[in-house]
Amino acid sequence: MENAKGRVFKYGDNVDTDVIIPARYLNSSDPADLATHCMEDIDKTFIERVKKGDIIVATKNFGCGSSREHAPIAIKAAGVSCVIAETFARIFYRNSINIGLPIIECEQASKEIAEGDEVEVDFDSGIITDITTGKTYKGQAFPAFMQGLIDAGGLVNYINNK
Amino acid sequence: MGMTMTQKILAAHAHLDSVAAGDLIEADLDLVLGNDITSPVAIKEMDKMKVDGVFDKDKIALVPDHFVPNKDIKSAEHCKCVRDFAIKNDITNYFEVGKMGIEHALLPEKGLTVAGDVIIGADSHTCTYGALGAFSTGVGSTDMAAGMATGKAWFKVPGAIRFNIVGEKAPYISGKDVILHIIGMIGVDGALYKSMEFTGDGIKNLTMDDRFTIANMAIEAGGKNGIFPVDDEALKYMKEHSTKTPVIYEADSDAVYDAEYTIDLGKLRPTVAFPHLPENTRTIDEVGEVKIDQVVIGSCTNGRMDDMRIAADILKGRKVADGIRCIVIPATQQIYLDCIKEGLLTIFVEAGAVVSTPTCGPCLGGYMGVMAAGERCVSTTNRNFVGRMGHVESEVYLASPAVAAASAVTGYISSPEAL
Repeated sequence: MENAKGRVFKYGDNVDTDVIIPARYLNSSDPADLATHCMEDIDKTFIERVKKGDIIVATKNFGCGSSREHAPIAIKAAGVSCVIAETFARIFYRNSINIGLPIIECEQASKEIAEGDEVEVDFDSGIITDITTGKTYKGQAFPAFMQGLIDAGGLVNYINNK
Repeated sequence: MGMTMTQKILAAHAHLDSVAAGDLIEADLDLVLGNDITSPVAIKEMDKMKVDGVFDKDKIALVPDHFVPNKDIKSAEHCKCVRDFAIKNDITNYFEVGKMGIEHALLPEKGLTVAGDVIIGADSHTCTYGALGAFSTGVGSTDMAAGMATGKAWFKVPGAIRFNIVGEKAPYISGKDVILHIIGMIGVDGALYKSMEFTGDGIKNLTMDDRFTIANMAIEAGGKNGIFPVDDEALKYMKEHSTKTPVIYEADSDAVYDAEYTIDLGKLRPTVAFPHLPENTRTIDEVGEVKIDQVVIGSCTNGRMDDMRIAADILKGRKVADGIRCIVIPATQQIYLDCIKEGLLTIFVEAGAVVSTPTCGPCLGGYMGVMAAGERCVSTTNRNFVGRMGHVESEVYLASPAVAAASAVTGYISSPEAL
């Protein structure tokens, strides 16, 4: 799996799916359409500032709330290459793996990495490097089964390959 | 090592003698659910799968309930997509406007969910059916697609927290106060990745509607599922509503719990969750003076008969305060009809409330009660996140139907005891 590398957008605890993609936009299921409203209710200028490859770092319980897959779809379609958090809400975690949005849990990294830092994530080793500060962190590796899903390119391909 | 109730259901559906927390398993599914928001994405994903239709046309439930009757053209297109898929695949349990209800009130009422089932739904409040002793959990659209195609889903077996319910409910206490109290105590990630297993003598003092409300909001504590033991009350409900045979699983006496809490129903006070998290709870005595603009009584959390009856009981002979919009939404067509038969709709309308057809609409800021900047709503729904019911500067206060109805009368967040 290719490394993620980009500039950090930093958020706090309990970033919920309503602020990631507000329900008033759920009358669409088009990824490009959804991306234009990504993070709108927590960070109005996110979508103007985000560049392909950028990384979201947040603390506890990222993606809590609804089961809308539109949330990880919007983040992925906005160009974000990875989300790092101390913990993820469980449905968001599943959905991200299923659609192929790389996510990684790491308490230390989620607390210390700052807004605007340049960060690189090596998914094979789980090593997160904050290039700006020079610090490295070890993220939680995926269990083999989930790694299989990710390697297959998501749940649809995994089922097709079976 | 003993298994929890959830672990036993999962083990049986994975054809294993035992499972332990952390195991990755593949389980057979008894029901796969989707709505008008999540199903179109699932249908698109299923089209990419090399499968020949759905695994079982009787074990899929499609309930357009979020933005119906269609709120705009895009919503209409989504509903059409779901309807076309249901027709093409001859889905038995597709519920059109006029026959539908809010999915988590509708499915138990239609007898599609019983004890011992494993159910996934592309809606986070799918955990509601734990009230009947089923394992049910919310998933996303791709999981729903895989479930519809294969009849199976992968799970990481959860650990559990046990909530020992004791005592009898004090006046005006309902399931909503129980679950808000719990979320306030353990936080919105207090049960992250875990089962919330409810046990104890006090459960017999909770109605089925109380239990549906409690299981419904397990997700608001981060839980994978919430589950109740199957007692006579639950069996009676299933017998009245379903032709399916319930299968009863009980936790082993040596089951392992990561934490245990005791909730005394007699000591609870009406509870309100302040913006912008369900964990920001205060008892009604700690609320202070909070002026409101709108009241919503309904949703998959609190749109059932108990909820309608207590709201009507409080609104009877009273008026909604000037300047307050009070929106009442019976959760299913059957509940709507029962409200008519019991005279509750007359009470609501005479009080100055509006009554809507079943819809999730206002709960997620879709339509039918969207709020402007600076407005406040007391709502019997389940989430009070930033912008949940409209403008990012609007505020949602979560409460029971009793508190919501009393607040509609006074114009401030109020206890029914104060009327």
